[in-house]
Amino acid sequence: MVAAERKGQPERDEERIDPRARFAQMEGPHSEKLYAQMRLIRRFEEQLLERFDRGLLVGTTHAYIGQEADAVGVINHLRAGDVVFSNHRCHGHYLVWGDKPEALAAELMGRSGGLVGGRGGSQHICDGGFYTNGIQGGIVPGALGLSLAKKVRGEDAVAVVFIGDGTLGQGVLYECLNMASLWGAPLLVVLEDNGWAQSTPSYREVAGSMLERARAFGLEAGEIESTDAEAIYNHFEGIVEEVRQSVRPRLEVIHTYRLCHHSRSDDHRPAEEIEARRADDPLPKQRQRVSEERAAAIEQAVERRLQQAFEAAEAQPQPSVDQLDDPLLRGMPGPQS
Amino acid sequence: MSQTVLESLNQAMHRMMQEDERVHLIGEDLLDPYGGAFKVSRGLSTAFEDRVWTTPISEAGFVGVAIGMAMGGLLPVVEIMFGDFVLLAADQLINHGAKYAWMYNEKVDVPLVVRLPMGGRRGYGPTHSQTLEKHFLGAPGLAIVATNPFVDSGQLLETATRYDRRPVLFVENKKMYARRQRPIQGGRCEAMAARISAGPYPSVSLSFGGFETADLTLVAYGGMAELAVEAAERLLIEDERYCEVVVPTSIQPLEMDAIAQSVARSGHLVVAEESPGAGGFSAEVISALPAAAWAALRAQPQRVSALNLPIANSTALEAATLPDVGDLLEAMRRVLPASSSRSATG
Repeated sequence: MVAAERKGQPERDEERIDPRARFAQMEGPHSEKLYAQMRLIRRFEEQLLERFDRGLLVGTTHAYIGQEADAVGVINHLRAGDVVFSNHRCHGHYLVWGDKPEALAAELMGRSGGLVGGRGGSQHICDGGFYTNGIQGGIVPGALGLSLAKKVRGEDAVAVVFIGDGTLGQGVLYECLNMASLWGAPLLVVLEDNGWAQSTPSYREVAGSMLERARAFGLEAGEIESTDAEAIYNHFEGIVEEVRQSVRPRLEVIHTYRLCHHSRSDDHRPAEEIEARRADDPLPKQRQRVSEERAAAIEQAVERRLQQAFEAAEAQPQPSVDQLDDPLLRGMPGPQS
Repeated sequence: MSQTVLESLNQAMHRMMQEDERVHLIGEDLLDPYGGAFKVSRGLSTAFEDRVWTTPISEAGFVGVAIGMAMGGLLPVVEIMFGDFVLLAADQLINHGAKYAWMYNEKVDVPLVVRLPMGGRRGYGPTHSQTLEKHFLGAPGLAIVATNPFVDSGQLLETATRYDRRPVLFVENKKMYARRQRPIQGGRCEAMAARISAGPYPSVSLSFGGFETADLTLVAYGGMAELAVEAAERLLIEDERYCEVVVPTSIQPLEMDAIAQSVARSGHLVVAEESPGAGGFSAEVISALPAAAWAALRAQPQRVSALNLPIANSTALEAATLPDVGDLLEAMRRVLPASSSRSATG
């Protein structure tokens, strides 16, 4: 039976992405590697915004500028078999996970060689165990289900889901904290609290304590207030392993700050507040730990890489419209024997 | 004596969980001795303790969990206690599970089944009696399959669970659970000539007069199927007119072949559904009629549906709100020309 064979396939032959191994294999000292990764994210986002301004992209984007230390601090601890569910502000997470700026850029430009062939765009990408979707909080149940599937199948894996302070308004999050605790899910919920949900400050939408919300369901919960990549990296090293070993869910809050607008041209936060927070910019912090010579070399390499990535992405064709058939017809099982 | 629809579904769940350890069951109040609100899940938690997940009252959450499990290599079956509650999970179904396979460029599959006990006529009132699958018509990537007593309900559920890579809403009907399966054998179903189409989700065609003579095609699915057969029998007895009843099981994508072939023969079409009509199954059938069938039509097609009202608790109000055999007969008589009546022409 053809259909039975199809469904019997173990799993798709997807690329096994192993961020921890890649990070270990990167050349140079630890501090330089973190700076190089953050510099790639920062310049990717800046170039993206600049291309939006030139009308080379349509739609919207949510830049990660200011929060780069979170992505490098968390995702470098993940290994093959682990999964990440990210949100609308996902480019930084992805660049640490998959390290493919050309495929990401192509996706954002709706090109055929994009991460998902131009179908998803900025908020809807997928690559080897990394998923994003643009519905606030809606990604948490899927991440929980993936973590439980891994557990059921006897895999020694964790699922990480990234949410923000704004996501705390979504009820489905609490359904999932409850079930994750009841069922012992290896799920790490990373809450990037950047102080603002689009144009609304946290104090207008989050009552009580972020941590106690998770603790009420029996989750371990902790926090770090930092934009220091090394501090966040060290903080999460033990946490990721603890979730893996204990097979228990955990919420970890990173208090950070978004130095850019929410999406595009929509920043009405007080200028003095943003100015004051520029001192927390994670990139200069990490750059100080790197020699001027090495920093310049890293920056040059990033520029070269991004220039090639964006040029190659721009040169790609639009996807063929021949693929627009109804997936329901294609996915229908064959006749039963 | 054949099985009831309930027994057929319950045994299929037992069979699947026995044969394939990737099959997991997720939903509310599933544990024995209760075994789920309508007992489709009875015995499963005893036999397969580790694979029956009785959940908190969190439809959005546990439907989403099942989506993640499906992406992670399992074959989850979700039981929604009353189909009405599926609206709580509409975001997970439409914005997540149904999109992922296509949106992620076919890098993932979401082989999910969500079982939905739908339908009224049991006095459960406005929020426990509805037929809501119509609200998922037009949601790309989301299959809708509805069982009925004329197909092997358990086999249909097994096809959806084990052989279908798509997310499937599997529509059952609460009133139907206690009904006996009415199997088709040797081209017959009891007193009717019967045809069943090929494919994983077959359409059944039934006629008291054989398929040579057809005055009218009556399309009905799920809980309306047996009412349609009853109406066809009465039309024959009272009016001496031959009605072919066509019962699809693939509601999305809508399987039109058997419907189109019957309409091409009969020239008259009535479509029935248990929900209010606007934007629903009947409208879809009528607009999806292929040109050849449309050209054969000798009268405007008719739709039979519920009144556009919540479903009342009162038996009298509920019965008057939902379409019944009388409504089907009335619509069929409206669409058939009086002049060609066999009884009149003798």
